[in-house]
Amino acid sequence: MSKFVKLKKGFDIKLAGKAEKQIAGVERPDTYAVKPTDFQGILRPKVLVREGDTVKAGTPVLIDGKNDKIKHTAPVSGEVVAVKRGDKRKLLEIVILADKEIEYVQFPTYTISDIVNLKTEDCLEPMIASGVWPNIIQRPYGIIADPAAHPKSIFISAFDTNPLAPDLDFLIKDQDKYFEAGIAVLRKFSPSIHLNVDANSEVSGLLSQTKDIQINKFSGPHPAGNVGVQIHHIDPIRKGDIVWTVSPFGVVQIGKLFLEGKYDASRLVALTGSEVKTPQYYKTYTGGSIKKIIENNLKSDHLRYVSGNVLTGKRIGKEDHTGFYDNQVTVIPEGDYHEFFGWILPSTKKLSFHRAFGLLSFMMPKKDYVVDTNTHGEDRAFVQTGVFERVIPMDVLPMYLIKAIMAEDFDAMEALGIYEVIEEDLALCEFVDVSKHDIQAILRDGLNLMQYS
Amino acid sequence: MKLLRDFLDKQKPHFEKGGKWEKFYYIFEAHETLLYTPKSTTKATGTQIKDAVDMKRMMMTVIIAMVPCLIFGIFNAGYQHFIAQGQDVAFFSVDSLLIGAVKVLPVVVVSYASGLTVEFTFATFRRHAINEGFLVTGMLIPLVMPPTVPLWQVALATVFAVVIGKEAFGGTGMNILNVALTARAFLYFAYPTDLSGDVWTYIGDAQVIDGYSGATALAIAAEASNTGAVVVDALSNSWHSGLFDFGNLVWGQIPGSIGETSVIMALIGGLILVLTGVGSWKIIVSVFGGAYLTGLLFNLIGANTYMQMPAEYHLVIGGLAFGAVFMATDPVTAAQTETGKWIYGFLIGVITVIIRVVNPAYPEGIMMAILLMNVFAPLIDYYIVQANKKRRLQRATV
Repeated sequence: MSKFVKLKKGFDIKLAGKAEKQIAGVERPDTYAVKPTDFQGILRPKVLVREGDTVKAGTPVLIDGKNDKIKHTAPVSGEVVAVKRGDKRKLLEIVILADKEIEYVQFPTYTISDIVNLKTEDCLEPMIASGVWPNIIQRPYGIIADPAAHPKSIFISAFDTNPLAPDLDFLIKDQDKYFEAGIAVLRKFSPSIHLNVDANSEVSGLLSQTKDIQINKFSGPHPAGNVGVQIHHIDPIRKGDIVWTVSPFGVVQIGKLFLEGKYDASRLVALTGSEVKTPQYYKTYTGGSIKKIIENNLKSDHLRYVSGNVLTGKRIGKEDHTGFYDNQVTVIPEGDYHEFFGWILPSTKKLSFHRAFGLLSFMMPKKDYVVDTNTHGEDRAFVQTGVFERVIPMDVLPMYLIKAIMAEDFDAMEALGIYEVIEEDLALCEFVDVSKHDIQAILRDGLNLMQYS
Repeated sequence: MKLLRDFLDKQKPHFEKGGKWEKFYYIFEAHETLLYTPKSTTKATGTQIKDAVDMKRMMMTVIIAMVPCLIFGIFNAGYQHFIAQGQDVAFFSVDSLLIGAVKVLPVVVVSYASGLTVEFTFATFRRHAINEGFLVTGMLIPLVMPPTVPLWQVALATVFAVVIGKEAFGGTGMNILNVALTARAFLYFAYPTDLSGDVWTYIGDAQVIDGYSGATALAIAAEASNTGAVVVDALSNSWHSGLFDFGNLVWGQIPGSIGETSVIMALIGGLILVLTGVGSWKIIVSVFGGAYLTGLLFNLIGANTYMQMPAEYHLVIGGLAFGAVFMATDPVTAAQTETGKWIYGFLIGVITVIIRVVNPAYPEGIMMAILLMNVFAPLIDYYIVQANKKRRLQRATV
């Protein structure tokens, strides 16, 4: 019963610096970090290690005091070299200096046929203990899944349409058996698993051979690859529904835990962006420092380093660590300059979804743009209408939803579909907004209001 | 360029917190950002890049779209002045330009000066940035005034519209009524003699020719309806040959408000708004559609000669085209949902023609129609939003 969904609304942000499908011959980074700020819904982060402790890959280092079953574990073995805190002693990151040879905490191993016969509780136990569990995100709210929940379905988006996004197939190349095992594990939690693929590219063998799941095809511009959009069209989230989402990498990691008995955080990260000399893929582990991969690989030095893509990513320093969910690092120029009459002079170099006077990028839809971090204008009241609706291929009214959040109108937020979206789904609204609102931050405020009050 | 930048950077500390002119920070900022775009960058979280569009560029696009109407209006004000005296001058002549400029430009200057004074005052006292919306309003107000309007009335109307029409509701983005039309409606009801009757042509001290009448096509049509004369005949029997022929009504060498007379110029502006995506084509098309269909409906009823007037005349007389393109599309006061825009525009067209034909008190209907629909736009949106909510709820029971 697979479905084909053709989406028209949206906007592909075409940037310069897409990663070549090759893996750089650079050593893996030295330090790795576990950051509570990568996760939604960690209310009381509690550090389980001290500086100087040695850990193995899979050793718990962090828990949520409110929900201590789910362990956040070290991605590598080595020594805890820093526990960094910010204002009001807010925990920022736990930094681990990696060993040359990674040692793993040993978990039980199974074969694929074993997994089929396992009970749900037996599956759950190693998942929440080993560190793979946070790969499962729960909607509404986009939080780490509640192990006690019964999701009506689990969604996996097999492609990423974000700017300069890595090829998700390439990230999990030759890991078919782990993927299959991961799916077998996830089946314990929900009978309905959806794998959504890009209708315009060939479905890789790995995905098409996976049994017992519904494969849906999506075509269209970004955000067609966003799992939230896909859920909306296949099996929308109603009030009280719970849906889980996992990335293909997360599925592989879960599969590996069961087949090999270890929390293997090794992954590929795409280094992308206009300021990278050779954009390509790098071997690292989750939370790796970007220091080594950007070294001698940049065109200039006044730059913005982003863990993730330019729509949903976070700014990091040039020696900082990538986020738990990120398989991409983007480097773009900083935009802290004044531009004489920059608000009216015509330009073909500025990327815009709009066609207002002087914005000519609509005439060259194929061109790859170099875009910096300048905001191109200041915060203003909502004036222009109908723009958000053109980039969101869902039956939601983004502006009314945002206004309902600003007014803290709970009934309206619910009725307008706040359960169906998280930040990434409305990220394009924030990009195209004429009035330069922080749409994603506002949406998170609304989600927090719904969740905690 | 660098000198200017250095000068601004040197002055800036005086306006920032703790500086001696701290109160006037937003006025300084408004001027600074007019010269240079700010160097602000995106935050640590949220989108790391932003679209190159901003409010200034969007508003400027609307102003550019109004330029054809303004230039045509200047020439027309001068041209009407001369033909009223029986002098035969070319439309695009230096004479027309000079007389027109002398009458029109002061109205523009007064509108901007008075409106920006209010904007700066409110921004200073309420400590918020100056929104660019008035750049458009300040140009719209002159274009809907007769060339003979007293300048103090322009100032008064602008101040009234900005204070009562906009700031009282919370400023830009919050107003219910279109600000420029609020200004015009204020004058229309407060000083009716200066905004209706023989006010559309600047005569000055000159002597008009025999048979001259300053009436607009709308007034002639309403008059013809009273006497039972055929409207099209009454229009073609005007004092100046061919003045109200269909072709000239479209082209716009006729008496009327400064910017509204030429349908062609309004449509050029409309084309700019639609191609740039700044104005909603749905609203523009549906206003015309609503007016035309209502005209056809009246043709069927045909109770008086105004009702019998060919429906296409409704699209070219009065300010319908100008209103549809520049007033109805104001995104703040129009319906904000896409379906709502169709309904909103259509009803503006319908009500405009109803007011023209059925209501004897107001010869022109577009102003009242848009203001009325401004009030109803939130109601239209309410039902569209409710429908969206209902679809979501119904899905829940499946």
